[in-house]
Amino acid sequence: MALTQSSKTQRNRLVLAFVIFAMLAVVPAVLPLFRTTLIARFMCYAVVALGLDMIWGYTGIMSLGHGVYFGLGAYCMAMYLKLAAAGGGIPDFMQWSGFDALPAWWTPFANPAFAFAMVVLVPVVVSVAVGLLTFLHNIKGVYFSILSQALALIMSVLLVGSQQYTGGSNGLTDFDTILGAPLASSATKVALYYVTLAVLVAVFALCFFLVNRRIGKIFMAIRDSENRVRFTGYNTAVFKVFVYALSAAVAGIAGALYVSQVGIITPADVGVAPSIEMIVWVAIGGRGTLVGAVIGALLTSGVETVASETFPDLWNYLLGLVCIVVVLFLPGGLMDLPRVPARVRAWLNRSHTGGAGSLALAASCPADVAAVNVDPAFDGAPAMQPAPSPAFSDDSSDERDPASSGAHAPTAGQTSSDSASASRKEA
Amino acid sequence: MRAQVGNDAKCQGCMPSRRTLLKASAAGLLGAAAMGLSGCAGSALADALSGVGADADGAARAVPDIGAGEVKVGVMHSLSGTMAMSETSVRDAELLAIEEINAAGGVLGRQIVPVVEDGASDNATFAEKAEKLLMSDHVAAVFGCWTSASRKAVLPVFERCNGLLWYPVQYEGMESSKNIFYVGAAPNQQIVPAVDYLAEQYGKRIFLLGSDYVFPRTANTVIKAQAAAKGYEIVGEEYTPMGHTDYATVINKIRAAQPDYVFNTLNGDSNVSFFKQLRDSGITADDLMTCSVSVAEEEVAGIGASYLEGHMTSWNYYETTSTPENDRFVAAYKERYGSGRVTDDPIEAGYCAVHLWAAACEKAGSFEVDDVRAAAGGVTFQAPEGLMTIDGDNQHMYKTVRIGRVNADGLIDEVWASDEPLKPDPYLTGYAWAKDLS
Repeated sequence: MALTQSSKTQRNRLVLAFVIFAMLAVVPAVLPLFRTTLIARFMCYAVVALGLDMIWGYTGIMSLGHGVYFGLGAYCMAMYLKLAAAGGGIPDFMQWSGFDALPAWWTPFANPAFAFAMVVLVPVVVSVAVGLLTFLHNIKGVYFSILSQALALIMSVLLVGSQQYTGGSNGLTDFDTILGAPLASSATKVALYYVTLAVLVAVFALCFFLVNRRIGKIFMAIRDSENRVRFTGYNTAVFKVFVYALSAAVAGIAGALYVSQVGIITPADVGVAPSIEMIVWVAIGGRGTLVGAVIGALLTSGVETVASETFPDLWNYLLGLVCIVVVLFLPGGLMDLPRVPARVRAWLNRSHTGGAGSLALAASCPADVAAVNVDPAFDGAPAMQPAPSPAFSDDSSDERDPASSGAHAPTAGQTSSDSASASRKEA
Repeated sequence: MRAQVGNDAKCQGCMPSRRTLLKASAAGLLGAAAMGLSGCAGSALADALSGVGADADGAARAVPDIGAGEVKVGVMHSLSGTMAMSETSVRDAELLAIEEINAAGGVLGRQIVPVVEDGASDNATFAEKAEKLLMSDHVAAVFGCWTSASRKAVLPVFERCNGLLWYPVQYEGMESSKNIFYVGAAPNQQIVPAVDYLAEQYGKRIFLLGSDYVFPRTANTVIKAQAAAKGYEIVGEEYTPMGHTDYATVINKIRAAQPDYVFNTLNGDSNVSFFKQLRDSGITADDLMTCSVSVAEEEVAGIGASYLEGHMTSWNYYETTSTPENDRFVAAYKERYGSGRVTDDPIEAGYCAVHLWAAACEKAGSFEVDDVRAAAGGVTFQAPEGLMTIDGDNQHMYKTVRIGRVNADGLIDEVWASDEPLKPDPYLTGYAWAKDLS
């Protein structure tokens, strides 16, 4: 029963995603250039949202600092674009900061292949370092969120402070060509649009593939009850570092696509506020659904644009209202919409007992509440309970996890402090 | 067995029918698409394939849409976010100028229709709205931006689409785009003369304090070069993050350094904290003079005149500037927006920008950007601050420098002014000591 329903849900989501991608594919044929570029920008957001859904929706790690990885990717790309525009000279902001020659670490970015590689590698290296330092030391929950937010703040202060290297608060802007093609031409813009769409589809496919594999189940198991996963012999830190690095890489790619189309990246685009906005997209769309993240990013940004053009004085009140409504009445995001009628009926039936309160809760502290809600389902899934090896061996095409066999000893040591709370939960 | 575990247990309770899901999302997206479509013609793909509306590089160019009897202009400022407090007043001044011109018969016989956009204190949004104004609304000119970052963000858009931006705020210089007219002061019309004047009056030991962003850092780079040439001594240089509120440490550092005056490039809220804490630690303008270049009458009202009384500022215009044009401007502004409102330098510059653009269009006999630019050099406007002339070489303005002192009413009294409007020099080419800067 459970199996047929959830695979049906997954199929529905896949169809919904396909419809969205098909609509996005015809956008350049219907909308004028300016709107097309705008939607390309929203698609970059959707790519970031997919990565965030992997770590937050599926693995239960709420990162409030993904602006960092978006920014690292964007700045790597922007350095290449800036050098391409400088045509062998040095960027304008360096000239009036008193530099005669390009700093050594800028020079290799003149090579597009190097820059493109860095777009992925820099976020991955940074996220692996951050991930190892935090997840290996069992820092999680709200502590990790605060830490990640501090990272975003550090990143933006660092970028502003080193004006002679990064352009300071003005950021990097005024680009000219990408791989020799003029960025301003409509042909380049349409091409970049389709590159962005292709990346969005590819990232969606990768994420969809992962969450339907064994590794995806481990992510969800970590989200629902990390201690149990540990007790079955998995080193959860390795999985968390992997999914964190994956989402960072995806955010870096999105940043690179963003900067080539928007034409500017500044410290304000990578700091705390935009990082939180990224989480908002996923929350509005619906966590742990992938397609919800895409819808959330596209729709929120779209509504923001339309509302700010129509009501330049009032639009952010309007948007705030939408956010409140979603948090209050759609804790599962827009993906919850189809269930609203049933919920309203239920609410009407027991309104006198104050049942509405339960609707509001889940959105505010997702990881913990989700863990509690999902527990019964978890128990009902026999595959997760026994030791890993025989139960999973049939899933041969899966990513092999290096951790499951070798990491028993350290895990056991770390978890001992948690066993009290875990056993309380089980009781 | 796949998808057994925790595959979002919430979805297992009640199954949404696929049709409902699809319908809802399709309707939403189609609605958004339809909104985007309205008022626009020619799809992106068509443009890309045919090269329609593109120049030799394949780049799209903005074409002003001059309707019968009216002409559209863009007004693009932050109406939300951290910059809204400052920028909404400039928007008000620009709208006032547009009303005045319309009441007097318009430009080239056409009424000006403003299209207002919110830059939302966000640079990418500024770039987005600039492109929208030029490519979808086909405005003849845009009045807007405040921060250097937002101007840098829209600059490529205006250059690519060949639009025209009128920028109303003093800035750090080192820029001269053929698609921007700079109505605020260049560094030689505000910072350089102020540093010299205060050194002459109060002494040569200078402490530099600023918010951490491009304008203070660049301004201080200029001041350090100037100090080295003139024999002034920089006894300290401190930057605090935007929005910083704790100045105890900085004030201690200032005390220890014993400067003759502090050159202050703090921005926004930080000024409130700095001046209050300075006064709380017992330091008044008699003990230590400061000179601010980002504190105008609006900011004085926000900080409280009692904290700032006696301190110096450097601008090109004050509400108290005594010209017949200013009396008229201040009266009209208060009449339109309330007697509690004050005018200041950027507000006046926004007002002048619209009048200068109108004068340039009249001289050109056209709204086309290239014609307006060609005609703009030498165009004058009898502004509230005195005669303002467009410098055709760098598209900045000839402006009078005014050093002022804050009085007990929160207004600023002029204590020194340049004899005549100074020629703008954004790259400071007229100063031997600045030759390494640009």
